[in-house]
Amino acid sequence: MKIGIVRFPGSNCDQDCYRAVDEGIGAEAVYLWHKSHDVEGCRAILLPGGFSYGDHLRAGAIARFSPIMREVIAFARDGGPVLGICNGFQILCEAGLLPGALVRNDSLRFRSHPVRVRVERTDTPFTSKYDDGDLLRMPIAHGEGQYVADQRVIDALEGERRVIFRYVDELGQPTEGANPNGSVRNIAGICDERRRVVGLMPHPERVVSKLLGTDGLGVFQSLIESLQATGSTAKQAEEAGDGPGTEAAEAAEASAP
Amino acid sequence: MRFEIEIRVTPREGIVDPEGQTIGQALGNLGYSGVHHVKAGRLVRFELDADDADEARSSVDRMCEELIANPVIERYEVEIGSPETASP
Repeated sequence: MKIGIVRFPGSNCDQDCYRAVDEGIGAEAVYLWHKSHDVEGCRAILLPGGFSYGDHLRAGAIARFSPIMREVIAFARDGGPVLGICNGFQILCEAGLLPGALVRNDSLRFRSHPVRVRVERTDTPFTSKYDDGDLLRMPIAHGEGQYVADQRVIDALEGERRVIFRYVDELGQPTEGANPNGSVRNIAGICDERRRVVGLMPHPERVVSKLLGTDGLGVFQSLIESLQATGSTAKQAEEAGDGPGTEAAEAAEASAP
Repeated sequence: MRFEIEIRVTPREGIVDPEGQTIGQALGNLGYSGVHHVKAGRLVRFELDADDADEARSSVDRMCEELIANPVIERYEVEIGSPETASP
């Protein structure tokens, strides 16, 4: 069960994502180069943090047009699970897979420190192992993490319960003081309408070890569990694959214990 | 024909513009009173080959919508110079 990690020029959390998948949950991780036209049969795709293409123009604006993103967009449209972390979240917004945008932090400063986030929803492939309301401690490291969208979009996100993570204080309250970047409604992460594409600014892949904390491990454990449970993504893998026979192989893999 | 294109991208109304706010604050600190609603943006300038100004305009509009501006947070203005004034 392969999980693809996209590498853009300027990605710098790709190795952390690789280790979170490889060592964190013992699944097969592969890098997908930005110039590639193939997701290589991966069952899920991670867009890591960093400064893809130097953040030129706007964060994520250029990465969005790379060849691999065309494949990632098709993969997501077919219902494949996609997680964008930090710069990956910015790319998902620029690509239109998630609504809204991430703009300069209200402090105008690059913020790099641990934050507390509350798990708002567990009905996504990346949060199912958590409980609603779980408080997690994860690092943030971004200059452009202020989530904005027009009122109509915000109402839809709240109404459809698509806010997945929120910045909160130690009591679990989404206070102004707990908001590191001025994000509207303390939003730290959201999902798409089908709840298969998730983006967040904090870095779960940096807290998957005893030394640094394990609060982010659940994101990756959730993914594996969801892939094992459904097996339905075999269809996307087959469609994204490069020839006949993949479907049978994937189906066999999916039904294996 | 070659047209000189100038695109100004600014934050949309209602979208926070911390850079503009900071410039406004700094101007106040320097003693420049009466400065209001500072907006900071981006200027993109290039030359474009097109058959006529209309074609240039629609082509630049598409460029802006697709890449140069993010319509979610930004608005843009396009200025197209006459081809006579453009440098060869």
